[in-house]
Amino acid sequence: MSARPIATTREMAGIPTGRLAVWWVIASEIVIFGGLLASYIMHRLANDAWSVQAANTNTWIGAFNTFVLLTSSLFAVLAHKAAVEGNGKKAARLLLYTAAGGTTFALVKAYEWSVEISHGYTLASNTFWSFYYTAAGLHALHVIAGVVIMLIIAREAARNLELHRVELIGIYWHFVDIVWIFLFPLLYIAK
Amino acid sequence: MAETIATPGAHDDHGHEHHDEGWVKKYLFSTDHKIIAMQYMFTGMAMAVIGGFFAYAFRMQLAFPGMEVPLWGVVTSAEYNSLVTNHGTIMIFWVAMPVLIAAFGNYLIPLMCGVDDMVFPRLNRLSYQIFFVSAVVLIWSFFVEGGGFGGAWTAYPPLSAKAEYSLTPSGASLWLIAVALEFVAFLMGGINFVTTAMNSRAKGMGIYDIPMVVWMIVIASILFMASVGPLIAGAVMLFFDQQLGTAFFDPAQGGDPILWQHLFWFFGHPEVYVVLLPAMGIVADVICVMGRKKLFAYRTVLFTAIGTGVLSFTVWAHHQFIAGIDPRMAHVFTITTLLISIPIAEMCFCYIATLYGGSLTLNTPMLWALSFIATFLIGGVTGIFLGASGADIYFHDTYFVLAHFHYTFFPIAIIGTFAGFTFWFPKMFGRMMNETLGKIHFWGTIIPFNLIFLPLFVLGAAGQHRRIYNYDNFPELALPWMQDLRILATLSLIVMLGFQLVFFYNCYVSLRRGKKAPANPWNANTLEWLAPSPPPHGNFGDKLPEVYRGPYEYNHPDRSEDFWPQHVPN
Repeated sequence: MSARPIATTREMAGIPTGRLAVWWVIASEIVIFGGLLASYIMHRLANDAWSVQAANTNTWIGAFNTFVLLTSSLFAVLAHKAAVEGNGKKAARLLLYTAAGGTTFALVKAYEWSVEISHGYTLASNTFWSFYYTAAGLHALHVIAGVVIMLIIAREAARNLELHRVELIGIYWHFVDIVWIFLFPLLYIAK
Repeated sequence: MAETIATPGAHDDHGHEHHDEGWVKKYLFSTDHKIIAMQYMFTGMAMAVIGGFFAYAFRMQLAFPGMEVPLWGVVTSAEYNSLVTNHGTIMIFWVAMPVLIAAFGNYLIPLMCGVDDMVFPRLNRLSYQIFFVSAVVLIWSFFVEGGGFGGAWTAYPPLSAKAEYSLTPSGASLWLIAVALEFVAFLMGGINFVTTAMNSRAKGMGIYDIPMVVWMIVIASILFMASVGPLIAGAVMLFFDQQLGTAFFDPAQGGDPILWQHLFWFFGHPEVYVVLLPAMGIVADVICVMGRKKLFAYRTVLFTAIGTGVLSFTVWAHHQFIAGIDPRMAHVFTITTLLISIPIAEMCFCYIATLYGGSLTLNTPMLWALSFIATFLIGGVTGIFLGASGADIYFHDTYFVLAHFHYTFFPIAIIGTFAGFTFWFPKMFGRMMNETLGKIHFWGTIIPFNLIFLPLFVLGAAGQHRRIYNYDNFPELALPWMQDLRILATLSLIVMLGFQLVFFYNCYVSLRRGKKAPANPWNANTLEWLAPSPPPHGNFGDKLPEVYRGPYEYNHPDRSEDFWPQHVPN
């Protein structure tokens, strides 16, 4: 009775079920971030004064985090390659590097926010900072969730189990990456 | 199916149940799609009872202002606001969505696609559990200090954002959390539905061999997925405004209240089609089987539904014509809104053409299906007045609007549900429903329904505004003939609610003593009728069916029988 339903093994659309589902997850995430960022951009265009507030974000820290996140994505790709070759141990190790990148990102963000909050720029300071913390915070939650899932998958992959999941978390991680590629210029570079 | 991996957090919300281990596992923590469908169905029906009771309480206040309402007491103005708000919220998010999409989707997709379960059974169970928690949170919000949220189901700020206006400091936030949790549950469910229908159909089932109801639920799930995102972002923002002092929607501090209306209606209008399409699908299946006719223009109906879905993303600002949007913008949305009536009318015409020349069996499911088309057409036609920005300036926020959307949502959520429920009842429970009781229930629902809402059209056209607690305070709206129509609507509501007891009695009697249902009592073609009634775990036994033709081959000229099941080779 431990057999999975036969439904889980079919592939009529020509895409493995797991990958198909991850793409649908990403499709729904795109509209969540899309709605938030569209709201931000409309406000930003209507409020020139926000550039004064935006000047107080730290572009260098943002750039460093961009670098960290992009590098971690490279490891996700290499992990996928190892998983395709059937090398679960190597895939798990590379996933740990990816997770380390995600953790670094979150820690740097925590430092950055504590500096900003100590300078008096809080969630409720004004609408620019509200958007800043909400958008980056929602993204950071995705980073943290990704790291947790990645650790679970790495643990199984190390035993050569469920190797196809390495690809799935990789797709998700790239999505998290791309969201940041939108956030970084919108929140940091545009002054 | 034994569980090898426990789902985290799965064991908390039913902790109070102490039944036999097997019963709990089978009915509360099952991953079987049919059990989960029933969980959604019965939760939805229980919520419908609450929502109907709320309607009774506030309608009594409108008909007999200040009277002590039996079973409720005197309705205060704060309670009135909370009742109308939560009536709307419950009926849309906790009745229409779980019953039409989640219950029918869960039950029908694997059976009609000829497989043994969903592709993600445990995700499916988690989806129901989150939904259950969301219902608990919503009910909890009625009992906190200040009472349940009273800012209308659309939750416009500043009323929803500021406790000093809404006077429901905790109710508003709990309401928002409940709605957000419900969205998460349906996102999970929707991904499961779409992936299952895409990837695990019976061998040979091409995309034009899929029964219309499955297509409609899939399209609705995709619409939901594509539209709910901005509102999830908006819900986070509104929650921060309520609890953390941000000002996303406060113009005094650089925010914009109209932004919420855009985020809400960008979701809210596609949401109409999210619940409409599954009901349209149910009706398509019922009229083909009961009319013994092939669905007229299968592909036209399908592409029309997809077209409606795309178009539904371009009409949302017709809810905001008097919110101060640019009149040039209003013109654009008038045009798109009037355009969207074309595909829906086209679908209705296809259904009528299906009925033409058929040999109709006027049993309970068919009566519901036919009345769906009739009542929904009234809802659609009255929508034209509201979609035209000029006419809407007068009609906006009157009872005309209210009657209009009840003429769309009632056919969807109630008539469509009853059509599907009575049609698939033999499959779900293995017994036939009592036809006499079914017809009494049908006429006892459909006649009072029209007597509730036709007077409200008249009142709305006479200028009666919505969301007013006591019309005695507005002499020009408290004329005797207007009050008479209010009383007529309220009494009709009570009659209609009373006739629902017939339905519950019918369910009880039919489950106990109904005639045993054969596997295929209606001589229908689709795959769910191949499985035994009720289908066992795994649905079809060892060998899953294969498909050789489309779902609606009734009265084929080359066949002596008037139906031609999908799974029969020739």
